[in-house]
Amino acid sequence: MNHMITASAVALIASLSAANAQTEVQWWHAMGGELGVKLEEIVKGFNDSQEDFKVVPSYKGTYPETMTAAIAAFRAKEQPAIVQVFEVGTGTMMAAKGAIVPVYQLMQDQGANFDPAAFLPQVVGYYTDTDGNMLSMPFNSSTPILYYNKSVFEKAGLDPEQPPKTWAEMEEFSKKIIDSGAASCGFTTGWISWIQTENFSAWHNQPIGTMENGFGGLDARLSVNGPAQVKHWGNLKKWADDGIFKYGGPVGGDNAPPMFYSQECAMIMNSSASRAGVIANAKDFDLGFGMLPYYDDIEGAPQNSIIGGATLWVLSGRPDEEYAGAAKFFEYLSSPEVQADWASFSGYLPITQAAADQMQGFFDENPGADTGIKQITLNAPTENSKGLRFGNYVQIRGIIDEEFEQLLSGSKDAQGALDSVVERGNKLIEEFQAQNQ
Amino acid sequence: MKRTIFSNQLLPWLLLAPQLAITFIFFLWPAGQAIRQSFLREDAFGINSSFVGLANFRALLDSPEYLNSLQVTAIFAVSVTVMSMGVALLLAIAVDRMLKSARVYTTLLVWPYAVAPAVAGILWWFIFNPTIGVMPYVLDMVGYDWNHISSKTDAMLLVVIASAWKQISYNFLFFVAGLQAIPASMREAAAIDGAGPVRRFFDITFPLLSPTTFFLLVVNIVYAMFDTFAVIDATTEGGPAQATNIMVYKVYFDGFVGQNIGSSAAQSVFLMAIVITLTIIQFRWVEKKVEY
Repeated sequence: MNHMITASAVALIASLSAANAQTEVQWWHAMGGELGVKLEEIVKGFNDSQEDFKVVPSYKGTYPETMTAAIAAFRAKEQPAIVQVFEVGTGTMMAAKGAIVPVYQLMQDQGANFDPAAFLPQVVGYYTDTDGNMLSMPFNSSTPILYYNKSVFEKAGLDPEQPPKTWAEMEEFSKKIIDSGAASCGFTTGWISWIQTENFSAWHNQPIGTMENGFGGLDARLSVNGPAQVKHWGNLKKWADDGIFKYGGPVGGDNAPPMFYSQECAMIMNSSASRAGVIANAKDFDLGFGMLPYYDDIEGAPQNSIIGGATLWVLSGRPDEEYAGAAKFFEYLSSPEVQADWASFSGYLPITQAAADQMQGFFDENPGADTGIKQITLNAPTENSKGLRFGNYVQIRGIIDEEFEQLLSGSKDAQGALDSVVERGNKLIEEFQAQNQ
Repeated sequence: MKRTIFSNQLLPWLLLAPQLAITFIFFLWPAGQAIRQSFLREDAFGINSSFVGLANFRALLDSPEYLNSLQVTAIFAVSVTVMSMGVALLLAIAVDRMLKSARVYTTLLVWPYAVAPAVAGILWWFIFNPTIGVMPYVLDMVGYDWNHISSKTDAMLLVVIASAWKQISYNFLFFVAGLQAIPASMREAAAIDGAGPVRRFFDITFPLLSPTTFFLLVVNIVYAMFDTFAVIDATTEGGPAQATNIMVYKVYFDGFVGQNIGSSAAQSVFLMAIVITLTIIQFRWVEKKVEY
């Protein structure tokens, strides 16, 4: 009897030390619901594929909550090795030089299998420094596209296979739709900031800020009050007054999708990653996909759209073994199989060319699923269409929403509203610069 | 009042220790931290930190958004206080006149107080939701296009209603107690003298109720300014265009979402000053000058 206890105790200790030999790598993320379940499946795939490391994912709430939690943890020296940060947090993370380990450096230090050329420049460009070094690992990237209601188009006497290509057509089609009574509003949109301001600018090859949209350094300032943006915001206000366009609210525009689902609005511009959600809700009508509209009188349009979503940042100050684990995990994560599986499931963009090639079969079977990737790869990115990088950008996005609301309520015109965005935004950018120097 | 004399000098401190520890850990220490942070300029991760004197305070006073927040807070606090106390007083008077069913009504009216602010916010957000809510549908029939997502007035009304509704129960309880403490003989005497119900209310009931009213006034202003965070967060998130961005919400947003800790700390120092002022008013003025 005693022997048995001793034996089982020895076995227990042995199994414990085996478990201890496995290095745990904490990953804080912001993927709830179905995406969170899929994420855990990916992590399980990695954990089962080798024995040295165990990635432990923890859901920390929304993007801002996750970022705040990671920063607070860093201040308390309890930070995770990997944290998922949304694209507008990039400026803040990048500037925190002592707090992060750039991904290219991590992969180099750990001798990991890492070829920067394998990644899609349109996706990773947003997260590289001016020398082209990748700072964080793209995980879920998307781009805004146009969704339209084919049934309403048909009722209005429009060709259901032809989504509007230009903003002039957008207006013309919307008027036809409203006049024929097929729907009571032409279009709505999510994300005034991301879609109708940032992506609008990239799509028309117009700058948002100086010094390559902020990629050049902390001295960069906003310059989003150019003629193209003023023209577009002015039109949106006019179309809102005419009932052609309906505003879906600040930030992501939570009220926009219901207006599209209920067939009140015939078209919506929203993230390519909401594809699955849109399909699930578009039960009573046929759904079409198109690229974002452009103004054909603006030179350089259409250029390419930019991405949104989040990337994985590696925080400094963890034991070295954890970095070895993080590097291994990133290798696994960027493999074509994992990428293709994740992208097909979620509607996010694949981050490597190999993954995009592997998804060809999926794209053939699911018409419209490749709209996003076609749109970001339409042209080689210019300094205006690579992305943007400013500090305090979460608040600047809030300012964009507020000034757009001032425009809609009639208290400012388009020029005045965008001038205020620049003026108020630059104050925050100056503050950020002062904090980080 | 009888004074209790402790023979042992240590014992009273020992008895006080738990409370003192809580006060220190949860009030004094964080308050000290806030004051320290308000003089610093720091990046989000706390890597670079420099002393900037009063720069954070000066920036706030120069900022139109902060001045707007002050104004919004004032309008909000006064509206919530007037609305919740007004409705509560009406209900209390109504209950005071009842003989048999008063107890049942009192119990029912107290229920909303048990609802968490975030839940109250969500409830009213549903009722007033422009797309799926009941109220916009009803208002549309009388020709009002309710939309708290784009209209500043509608947004303010929504947060005022949601916050006031929750506080009515609390005020109601105090008013009922206050009314019951007023001797019926005084009102009866006035009635015999020929005073009507309105006159009786303004000449007898309301003045005698003033200690309760003053107490509730301070409590309600404090409630509206500091306890309504969850209501704002669950409904408007300070929007549209900062129309409902009350000071407490702005502290949270600038500090936790915007990662601007210096400015956020300076704002909490201002808030601290307001709380201290209100507390002094309550203790020095309301509790002493108003006779119970």
